[in-house]
Amino acid sequence: MSVSPAINPVEPFLRTERMPHIWCPGCGIGTTVNCFSRALVDSKLPLDKVAVVSGIGCTGRVAGYVKLDSFHTTHGRAIPFATGLKLANPSLNVVVYSGDGDLIAIGGNHFIHAARRNVDIKVICVNNFIYGMTGGQVAPTTPLGATATTSPYGCFEAPFNLPFLAESSGAVYVARWTAYHVRHIAHSMVEAFKKKGFAFIEILAPCPTLYQRRNKLGDGLETMRYYKQHSVIKNGASTRELKLDLKGEITVGKFVDIERPTLQDAMDQRYREVLKESYCGRGGA
Amino acid sequence: MDSAAVQAHDASGHDQAGRAGEFNLVSANPKSVLTGAHFMDGDHAACEGALAAGANFAAGYPITPSTEVVERFAARAPLVGATFLQMEDELASSIAILGAAWGGAKSFTVTSGPGFSLMMEHIGLAAMTETPCVFVNVQRGGPSTGLPTLPGQGDMMQARWGSHGDYEIIALSPNSPQECFDLMIEAFNLSERFRTPVMFMMDESVGHMTEKVVIPPADQIKIFPRRFTALPPNEYLPFDANGDGVPEMVKAGDGYRIHVTGLTHDERGYPALNWRSQQKLVSRLVGKIRGHADEITHCNEYLMEDAEVVLIAYGITSRVALAAVQKARQEGIRAGLLRPVVVWPFPEKRIRELASKAKAFVVVEMNLGQMVNEVERCAAGTKTVLIPHAGGNVHAPEEILQVIREVTQ
Amino acid sequence: MPEAPPAAKSRKFRGRVFINWDRCKGCGFCIEFCPPKVLKFSDKFNNHGYHPPILENEPACTGCDLCGLYCPDFAIFGIREAVSAGVPAGADVPASPAAAA
Ligand code: SF4
Ligand code: SF4
Ligand code: SF4
Repeated sequence: MSVSPAINPVEPFLRTERMPHIWCPGCGIGTTVNCFSRALVDSKLPLDKVAVVSGIGCTGRVAGYVKLDSFHTTHGRAIPFATGLKLANPSLNVVVYSGDGDLIAIGGNHFIHAARRNVDIKVICVNNFIYGMTGGQVAPTTPLGATATTSPYGCFEAPFNLPFLAESSGAVYVARWTAYHVRHIAHSMVEAFKKKGFAFIEILAPCPTLYQRRNKLGDGLETMRYYKQHSVIKNGASTRELKLDLKGEITVGKFVDIERPTLQDAMDQRYREVLKESYCGRGGA
Repeated sequence: MDSAAVQAHDASGHDQAGRAGEFNLVSANPKSVLTGAHFMDGDHAACEGALAAGANFAAGYPITPSTEVVERFAARAPLVGATFLQMEDELASSIAILGAAWGGAKSFTVTSGPGFSLMMEHIGLAAMTETPCVFVNVQRGGPSTGLPTLPGQGDMMQARWGSHGDYEIIALSPNSPQECFDLMIEAFNLSERFRTPVMFMMDESVGHMTEKVVIPPADQIKIFPRRFTALPPNEYLPFDANGDGVPEMVKAGDGYRIHVTGLTHDERGYPALNWRSQQKLVSRLVGKIRGHADEITHCNEYLMEDAEVVLIAYGITSRVALAAVQKARQEGIRAGLLRPVVVWPFPEKRIRELASKAKAFVVVEMNLGQMVNEVERCAAGTKTVLIPHAGGNVHAPEEILQVIREVTQ
Repeated sequence: MPEAPPAAKSRKFRGRVFINWDRCKGCGFCIEFCPPKVLKFSDKFNNHGYHPPILENEPACTGCDLCGLYCPDFAIFGIREAVSAGVPAGADVPASPAAAA
């Protein structure tokens, strides 16, 4: 191979001195990062004004690899950190990039409240149905019957349907894709970046090392093939209908795209209405 | 109890503005300063102190007896260009303020016992990521739900050691509404100076006590501005602390593309998960406080010139202890009071000095023995007596006086 | 969803693919999802013991960069190069494959 005069389109978005990354062969997280980089290019966001906030976990490491202002916070708390960051510095485009355990189990309370408030942040949730970083424990997304190190006889708790949770909590943009749907993911991210308010994208991704192997679902590639064969795009589908099983059809698409005032707008409007000219705006003290 | 009747000697030896040494302090923003004489309680005064200090972001969750601080902030914020958000819990509040700090704000949160317990992880994150911010704890009786409406001083060790791992902390303990105002400014200044979370350890009595509070004109209030770097992005290393152990800061959105992590990290801010990096980073984090203990430490001393019995008390308890000292003096007992205003770092040096002269230390605190262990450690064998109290009410001066009499016999 | 390769004769560009041999972890995503099947596994190991992809049918490459989008290890990508003289490289190419989708 000759020395490349061209550069990988993801490269300008990476802290290349930190490569190779820690993710396993066939892990889907890196794939989503490619989509993220393409979406940043296409959305033409000023990159100095994009901040990525992650919690803890395999996906939580994204913040450490992207060459943007990036914050690797505590387990479950990326969203409230992002809320403070956005309110203090409204010119930032704040993207929360984390995993299902981080955002929905330990961070579940923050997730629903940020959606309720319609904080102007974009939440990308890589859902691999398991806790990866700690070695494969059951998650609030683990399908019924799937085994994990802490559900050795199969999961008996009903999992969350994340798009339904996001919509019913108040998110203004909700989409789900799998790591197979790379162009759709990038396109959805572009849409989410343009959206004012709490936008949520769930990306199902293989965790071959822990989830697929333990559940005899093959490696990363087999999982990607499975996604390709069993995904059905149903844009606008009711989020109620998006339950996921261990095996079976996966409904993907964009389900919610509505307008409602963001937290900042609602705050400003209320203060202006009540306080009139005594309201000083925010960020000026 | 009138502490003004006895002239306090400020053992730090210099005024607050002078403490920042070579740094350029700026005047407070007049928009946020409610100059004048007021009659207000400690919770409200703490809020005014934060505003005067330049706080423009607060996040909180209601909890007695601290809630008045954020209630006032919620009312004042839109009038002065600040932001308040009531979060879904204390975990959220305590990290929202860190996000806000990295967005460029001066931020704080307010809580009491149970909420303080929930905030511990983010005190550690703030220490590790060197995020300036202030945690206000209006202490109540504990453990657990304890005494929501009554005072305690049982969180003193938690303030110091509550988050896991090794770190140093700065904590202040006001004993009057006036000090809730004054020391809040000092708390913010110290957090900016050392890029560290600062604990503001009030108690229910101070929080709910109403007294005169004089707020000076803005130009008399000196503010330590954020230590933003002047280096361009290609020369800047976010966690490279040259000189005094405190790195310069940037905020998100300024083009520096920083990475900030709670993992052990190198000067670039990148995770560096090995013992050498751990040794280097944690030593610096601890060292930047310990190495400046003389600059940070702040005690008030009353009637100490010839004291052979040295009372040690902080917060509301220091006022009761002072009353007992004055009574003891009337009986001809040479008693004095050392009051740590900055409780952490502990005024170790001063207590070691006193240990060679004093006959006994009497530690008065509203817990069953916390700071007394620090005193004992520094007392080097000098008799140290604790007057404990489980909380819910302040000590009776008589009870303290009785112990003073006993130790002098 | 992966786009069909444009008819080769109408193209003003050709595809080129670049592989970062030692970054590859051999997952096979690029090989599987390359629409014109340009790639196959090498018999050789890289420094980390994985079999990276090699070009089996380079002329078929459309430069769609799906391999680049899929690769979780940022080890491969495709570009489009202008072939006719006078057309600057990339001039007729969308800013990124996502925009072309
Ligand atoms: S453990 Fe699973 S989620 Fe984590 S890097 Fe490996 S494959 Fe990815
Ligand atoms: S760019 Fe990659 S995916 Fe596209 S045709 Fe060429 S080798 Fe195949
Ligand atoms: S997708 Fe990347 S890591 Fe996987 S085989 Fe291809 S080049 Fe290697």
